[in-house]
Amino acid sequence: MPDGAYNYAYLDEQTKRMIRRAILKAVAVPGYQVPFGGREMPLPYGWGTGGIQVTAAIIGQDDTLKVIDQGADDTTNAVSIRRFFARVADVATTTRTEEATVIQTRHRVPETPLKDGQILVFQVPIPEPLRMLEPRETETRTLHALTEYGVMQVSLYESIARHGRIAKTYNYPVLVNGRYMMSPSPIPKFDNPKLDNNPALQLYGAGREKRIYAVPPYTSVKSLDFEDHPFEIETWTECCALCDSKESFLDEMIVDDAGKRMFVCSDTDYCQERQQQHRPEKT
Amino acid sequence: MYVAVKGGETAIANSLDLVADKRRGSRDLAELTLEQIDQQLGLAVDRVMTEGSCYDRALAALAIKQARGDLVEAIFLLRAYRTTLPRFGDTQPLDTTQMVAERRISSTFKDVPGGQVLGPTYDYTHRLLDFSLAAAGERPEAPTAPVDAGQALPRVGDILEREGMLEPPPAQDGDASQDITRTPLVLPADRPVRLQNLARGDEGFLLALGYSTQRGYGNNHPFVGEIRYGQVPVAFAPEELGFEIEIAEIDVTECDMVNQFAGAHNIPPQFTRGYGLAFGHAERKAMAMALVDRALRAGELSENATSPAQDEEFVLSHSDSVEASGFVQHLKLPHYVDFQSELVVVRTLRAEVEERNRQTVLDQAAE
Amino acid sequence: MTALAAGFDDSSHDSQRVFRAVLDAFSHPGRILAIPAKVEAPGALSIAATAFLLTLVDRETPLWLAPDLDSAEVRDFVRFHTGAPIAPVTAAAAFALITPARQPMLDGFAIGSDPYPDRSATLVIEVPALRGGPNRTLRGPGIDGSIIAGIAGLADSFWSEWAANRALFPCGVDVVFAAGSELLALPRSIAVQC
Repeated sequence: MPDGAYNYAYLDEQTKRMIRRAILKAVAVPGYQVPFGGREMPLPYGWGTGGIQVTAAIIGQDDTLKVIDQGADDTTNAVSIRRFFARVADVATTTRTEEATVIQTRHRVPETPLKDGQILVFQVPIPEPLRMLEPRETETRTLHALTEYGVMQVSLYESIARHGRIAKTYNYPVLVNGRYMMSPSPIPKFDNPKLDNNPALQLYGAGREKRIYAVPPYTSVKSLDFEDHPFEIETWTECCALCDSKESFLDEMIVDDAGKRMFVCSDTDYCQERQQQHRPEKT
Repeated sequence: MYVAVKGGETAIANSLDLVADKRRGSRDLAELTLEQIDQQLGLAVDRVMTEGSCYDRALAALAIKQARGDLVEAIFLLRAYRTTLPRFGDTQPLDTTQMVAERRISSTFKDVPGGQVLGPTYDYTHRLLDFSLAAAGERPEAPTAPVDAGQALPRVGDILEREGMLEPPPAQDGDASQDITRTPLVLPADRPVRLQNLARGDEGFLLALGYSTQRGYGNNHPFVGEIRYGQVPVAFAPEELGFEIEIAEIDVTECDMVNQFAGAHNIPPQFTRGYGLAFGHAERKAMAMALVDRALRAGELSENATSPAQDEEFVLSHSDSVEASGFVQHLKLPHYVDFQSELVVVRTLRAEVEERNRQTVLDQAAE
Repeated sequence: MTALAAGFDDSSHDSQRVFRAVLDAFSHPGRILAIPAKVEAPGALSIAATAFLLTLVDRETPLWLAPDLDSAEVRDFVRFHTGAPIAPVTAAAAFALITPARQPMLDGFAIGSDPYPDRSATLVIEVPALRGGPNRTLRGPGIDGSIIAGIAGLADSFWSEWAANRALFPCGVDVVFAAGSELLALPRSIAVQC
C-alpha cells in the first residue's frame, strides 16, 4: 500500500471491529438503525462516508469492488471513492455488476439482477425515514420502538389529497420484514421493487448521522401504499437512445441550446452490456 | 455527444493537480514552513487543534498549510488523521489549578488570590492596521517577569463555593471517559458528553448561540468568574506501572462562567457554572462554550427551555463543522437521478392540471 | 503457565476474512460456513469460536465465559489477543461463550430494549457438530423460503427457549453455533419449527 501511515483499508482494526459488530446487529434486526461510532473519513460528510466506512470494514483483498453514483461508474464521486479503495485497500475494481463482490452505490440499485453472495452498500444521507416529519431523534426512536408509523401514512395520504397520487419520487419509505419503516436512501422509487426479496445483502451506512442498517437477503421490503392507491414506479414513453432499453431508469439530457432532449440509461454498465450484445464488436 | 458524465477520472486528476498548484501559489515566493505557521499563525493552529481534537502543533500547522488557510478544511484533515490513531488509554483529568498561567483574569472580583494577570491579549489593542508589519524589520522582545511555576493557582469559583454561593462542581464520575469520537451520540446526553461535543464544536456556531443567550434567547446572566490560559501537565497512569507519569505539557484556555440562578424546588438561590475549555489560546471559543454549556443545563436546573441554545438535540446535532460543511457541500454532487424522478412526477402533475383546466373550459363552453 | 496459543498470522486480513464468513452466516441463517483462516484454539475452545473472538471482541466488549469453558489458558488468550474484559455477570456481557451444559441456555443475557434492540448480547455456543443432529426448519430474513439445520448436542428445551427469544423481537439475543472450524448463525429474527 502506498500510504504506509494508514492501516489497511484506512480504518484502524479497533474501528473496523466496532463497525463489524454494528453490521451484525443490523443484519439481525432488519431495517433497524444501529447507532455506531462513526469516524471522520478522508472524504467529506455527505459524500458517502457512511458507505465508505461500511465498505472499509468489510472489504478484503479477495474482493472486487464496483462503485456507482447516479447509476454510473464514471461520475466524479464514484471515481473518487473507487480510487480511494484501490489506493488504501489494494482491491480489484470493476464496472461490471456481475463481476463485483461488493458494490457501493449512491442513489441507484443496478439494473442487472444481483446474486447470492454479493453485497450492496448504500450511501445514506438521512437514515431516518420519519426525519422530515419529526426532526427529533428522541421522538422518532420512540415511534420505531412502538411501531407507530401513522405520521407517515398521514403524510402520504395528504399527498394523495393534494395531487391525486403519492408525489414522493425518491427516498420512498419501505417497511422491512413487516416491522421497521426504513429509508431506502435517495434511490428513485423505480428501484424500490428491487430491494424486495433480493438474493444480495444490502448494507446501509450513514456517516454523519452515525447509523448502520441492513436488509438481509430474501427479506420482504414493501413500499408503503394504500389499497386504492397502490405503489407504482416511474415510466418513460422514450427508450434509451444508446441501447434501446425500455426497462431501465433513464437520465434526461439536454443536448443543444434549443433544449432538445435525449434519454439514456442511468446505469452505464447495463447500457454498455446491452450495446455490446446488440452490436457485436467488429474485429 | 454523450459527454456529460464521462471523463471523470482524468478530470479529477487534473483538478487535484490544480488545487495543489493553487496551494503553492507563486514560485517566486518562498514556501511557508510549518514552524512559521506554528509561530506566526499560532491562534489558527490552536483552533485547528481544538476543533480537530488533537493536540499536535506540527500536524495542525501541516493541515493549515495543506488547506491553504481554510481552517474548517484543516480541522477536517486533522480529524481524519486522528481518527485512525490507535488508543492506549485515557490520561488523568487535567488539573488546571496546576497551570503555569500566562494570563488569568476574573471579572467578578477586583483582585483575586494569585492576582489578575493580563498577559498577551488583543482586548486592549486599537484595531488599527499596523502598517509597520507590512514592512520588513524585527521588533525587540517584550520583557516578561519570571513565572513562578511552583505556585498553585486557586480557582475563583472555589472561593465562592466555600461560601455556598456557587454550586459545587459535579461529582467526579468514575466512568466519565465515554469518548464521543468512539461511541455514537445518545440523547438525552449527559454533561461530559455535551462538553466534549461543544469542545469540538464550531467556534462560529457556539459564538452565535452564546450570543443569542445574551440577547434574551435563554438568558442565564453570566459573569466571567475566571479565564486562564497557560501550560498544564498531562499525566498518564499505565496499567502495568500502576502510577502516574507526566507525558506532556499542553497549552489550554479555561473559562469558568458564573451565572445567576433563582433557585428551584429544593435548591436555594445561588450561582451556577458554565464551563469552557480549549486547546491553546482561544478565549472566544472557551467563553462561548461556557455560555452554551450553562444554557444546556436548563433541564437539570428546572428552567424553562424554550430557546435554541437550550435545546440539547438541536445544539449537539449541529455543532460540528466537519459534519455541517460536508453535508452542505454535498449538494454539489450529482443528483441527476432524484431530479429526474422529480421531473417525471412534476410533468405528470402539470399535465393533469392542464387537462383539468382544459376540461373546465370545455365544460363552461358547453353550458 | 502453558504457552499462549497463537492468534492470527495476519490480524488485519485474517480477521477480515473471518468477519466475512460470520457476516455470510448472519445473512444466511442455517448455512454452515468454514473459517477461512488458521488459528490455534486455547483450552476447550473450538477453532471457529476462537476465530470469532479474535475477529469481534476487544476492550470495548465484555466477554462472559461459561464455567466449563473458563480456564486460565482461555483467559490469558483472551486478555493477550483481544484485551476484552471478562464480564463478571451475564447481564454485563456483549459476547458470551457457552455450551449446552448451561441450563437454561439463553437466560440472563442482555436482550436490548425496544428503542435500542442492538444493545443485546451475542452468544457463541460450542456444540459437538453442526450436522447430524435432529432436523429443524428455519424461516426468516436471509432464508429463501426455508432451510434445514441439524445442529447436534442441543436439548429440545433449547428450541422452546429459542421460540421465547424470537417472541421478544426486535429484542433478543443472537446466537452463533461453533463446532470445529465451522460456524452457523441464528439471529433473533429466525423462526424455528421442530
